[in-house]
Amino acid sequence: MRELTYREAVREALRQEMRRDQRVFIIGEDVGVYGGAFGVTMGLVDEFGEGRVVDTPISELGIAGAITGAALVGMRPVGEIMFMDFCTLAMEQLVNQAAKIRFMFGGKARVPFVLRTPAGSGSGAAAQHSQSLENWFVHVPGLKVVMPSSPRDAKGLLTSSIRDDNPVIFIEHKLLYNIKGLVPEEPYTTPLGTAEVKREGRDATVVATSVMVRRSLEAAEYMAREGVELEVVDPRTLKPMDEATIMQSVKKTGRVLIVHEACKTGGYGGEVAAVIAESEAFSYLDAPIMRLAGRDMPIPYNPTLEHHTVPQTESIIEAARELVQGTV
Amino acid sequence: MPLSESRKRELLGQMYTIRAFEEMAEQLYGMGKVHGTMHLSIGMEGSAVGSVAALRDDDLILSTHRGHGHCIAKGADLNLMMAEFMGKEEGYCRGRGGSMHIADIVGGNLGANGVVGGGIPIAVGVGLGLKMQKRDQVILCFFGDGAANLGPFHEAMNMATIWKLPVVYVCENNQYAISFSVKKAFAIERISDRAAAYGMPGVTVDGNDVLEVHEAVSQAVSRARAGEGPSLVENLTYRWRGHSKSDANRYRTAEEIEEWKRKDPIKRHRERLIREGIMSAGDAAQMRLEAYAAIDAAVAFAEASSEPTLESIEEGVYA
Repeated sequence: MRELTYREAVREALRQEMRRDQRVFIIGEDVGVYGGAFGVTMGLVDEFGEGRVVDTPISELGIAGAITGAALVGMRPVGEIMFMDFCTLAMEQLVNQAAKIRFMFGGKARVPFVLRTPAGSGSGAAAQHSQSLENWFVHVPGLKVVMPSSPRDAKGLLTSSIRDDNPVIFIEHKLLYNIKGLVPEEPYTTPLGTAEVKREGRDATVVATSVMVRRSLEAAEYMAREGVELEVVDPRTLKPMDEATIMQSVKKTGRVLIVHEACKTGGYGGEVAAVIAESEAFSYLDAPIMRLAGRDMPIPYNPTLEHHTVPQTESIIEAARELVQGTV
Repeated sequence: MPLSESRKRELLGQMYTIRAFEEMAEQLYGMGKVHGTMHLSIGMEGSAVGSVAALRDDDLILSTHRGHGHCIAKGADLNLMMAEFMGKEEGYCRGRGGSMHIADIVGGNLGANGVVGGGIPIAVGVGLGLKMQKRDQVILCFFGDGAANLGPFHEAMNMATIWKLPVVYVCENNQYAISFSVKKAFAIERISDRAAAYGMPGVTVDGNDVLEVHEAVSQAVSRARAGEGPSLVENLTYRWRGHSKSDANRYRTAEEIEEWKRKDPIKRHRERLIREGIMSAGDAAQMRLEAYAAIDAAVAFAEASSEPTLESIEEGVYA
C-alpha cells in the first residue's frame, strides 16, 4: 500500500467514483483549472472536462440549489463550498430543501448529493474562514454528517458518501490536507455510521473528531510514557452516530474525555455526553464526563491567540491527566 | 403552435377544476376538516393553466406555496391531491407534506415549496441535470413577485443563463407579497425587465388571459428546449382571497378586489370560447358541473382514506 496525503485521498475517491459512475460530477467555485481553493480537485478537469467539473460564480446558495435539483433528477453531484463558513450562505437550500424533500414528499423523492467543505482553524485565516459548524448540520434530520480524520478514512468515507442516497455534508479539515497515510489503491467504502477505535487503551476513552483525533493520538502516545493508556475513538460519522462503539469503550475504561474544535456550547460533545449519560454506560463511569472544546469565541488572527482558542495536544494531555488522576 | 379547439376547451375545464378544488379547500377549512394553513390561488387560474399547457407531458415543474393550480394543471390525480390536503396516508406525500408541499414526482411535479423563492435555485440544478443527461425536457419554475426580491433569484437567474439551461421561469405577479404591494417593493414597472440584466428574454403578459400566457410560455419553452437557455415570463394576475387563512385585507380596498374579479380568467376564456363558437353556454355549464362533481368525489375519496400509522412516523427521513 502506498502513502497518500489526505488531499490526494479525497481526490482519488472523486476520480474513481467519477470513472465508475457517469452521474457523479463536481461543482463549486474554482474547482476546475484552479483546482479548488485547497487544491483538492486539481487535475480532475483535465480528465473529465468542464462538463463534469463545473466552475461556478460566487453563489453558494446557487451551488446548494444546483446539487439539490440535479440530484432530484438522477445525478449524484459533489458540491464544494470553499470554506465551511460560507455554508451559512447556502443554509436555506441545505436545511429547508435538501434535508426535507424526501420526507415532505412522503419518501417518494431522493436527494443523493455530497457537499464537501473544509473547516477548522490553525491557518491564520481568522474569524470568517476558520469555523467548525458541523453541529449546525447534525441538528437537521435528513442530513448525514461525515468528518474524516485520516487519508484512509477520507477516501473510504467519501466513496460511501457519494454512493449514499441521502444528502451528506462531508467536512474536511484544512490542517489535515497535507497529512500522509496508507491508502489502498483500489476503490473501497468505509460505511457511514461506523466509529473506529484508533488506539486501544484501558484507562480512559477519548472521543475526538477530525484534527482532534490526531492530537488525541499524540496525547495518548505521550501519556503512555507516564503509564496511562488512553483509548481514542473517532466517530468518523457524526450523524448517524455509532453509539455502540462509543459505549463499549466507555464501559471498558469508565472515564471519557470528548474533544472537538467547535465551540463548546451547543457542540457535538454535548450530544456525545448526553448519549453516554442516558445509556447503561453511565453506571460504568468512575468520573464525570469531561469535554474539551473550542472556546466560545470567534477565531482570532494572532497566531498565539488562535493556538489557544481550540484544543491542542498539550491541553488534551492536561485534561486527560485530570481525568485519570488517582487511578494510575 | 396555436391550440386546437379541444385543447382550448380542456384549458377551461382545468381552470374550473382548480377553482372547484380551492373553493372546496376553503369550505373544508371552514368546517374544521383540515388544519394548518393554505394559500388559495382563486383568480390566478389562467397563469397556472396557460403556463403548464405550454409543456409536454414529460416536462417538469417546480411549484410554490400557492401551488394547487400548478399541480392540477400538471395532471395530478385529484383524489391523491385531496387526500394529501386532508393529511391522509393515501395522499401524494402520505400526509407528510400537506397543501404547501404537494409533489407528484412521477407526474413531473417536483414539488410545491413552503419557502418563498425556494424552488428558484433548485430549478438550476434540475436544468443542469437534464442538460448533463442530454434529455430534451424542460423545467418550468413558478414563483411570485415577492420571490423576485430575494437573493436566490439573483444567483439562480445568473447561473441558469451562463449555462444556457433548459429552464423557464414564470413569475406570477399577483400584486402583493402578503401585504406589501409591488408598487412599493419594486422601483421598476415590470419584473420581467430584470431578465435583461442576466442576458435572458423577459416578457410581461396578461396573466388572466390563459391563451396569452400559453403563447408567451410556449416561446420560452421552445427556446429552452432548443438549448438557447432560460427565459422569464411575468404573468400579471391577482389573488382574490387573502394571503392565507389569517388575512383581513387591510392593505387593499374592496373596490380593487372587485375590479380584478371582473377580470376573472375563467369568465374571460369561457366567453371567448362561446363567442368563437368553440362551445355553447350549455357545454360550459356542463363542464363546470363536472369539475365540481370530480372535486366532490375527491373529497369522498379523501375522507374514506386512512390516517398514517404512528408506527410509520419516521419513515422517509432518510433513504
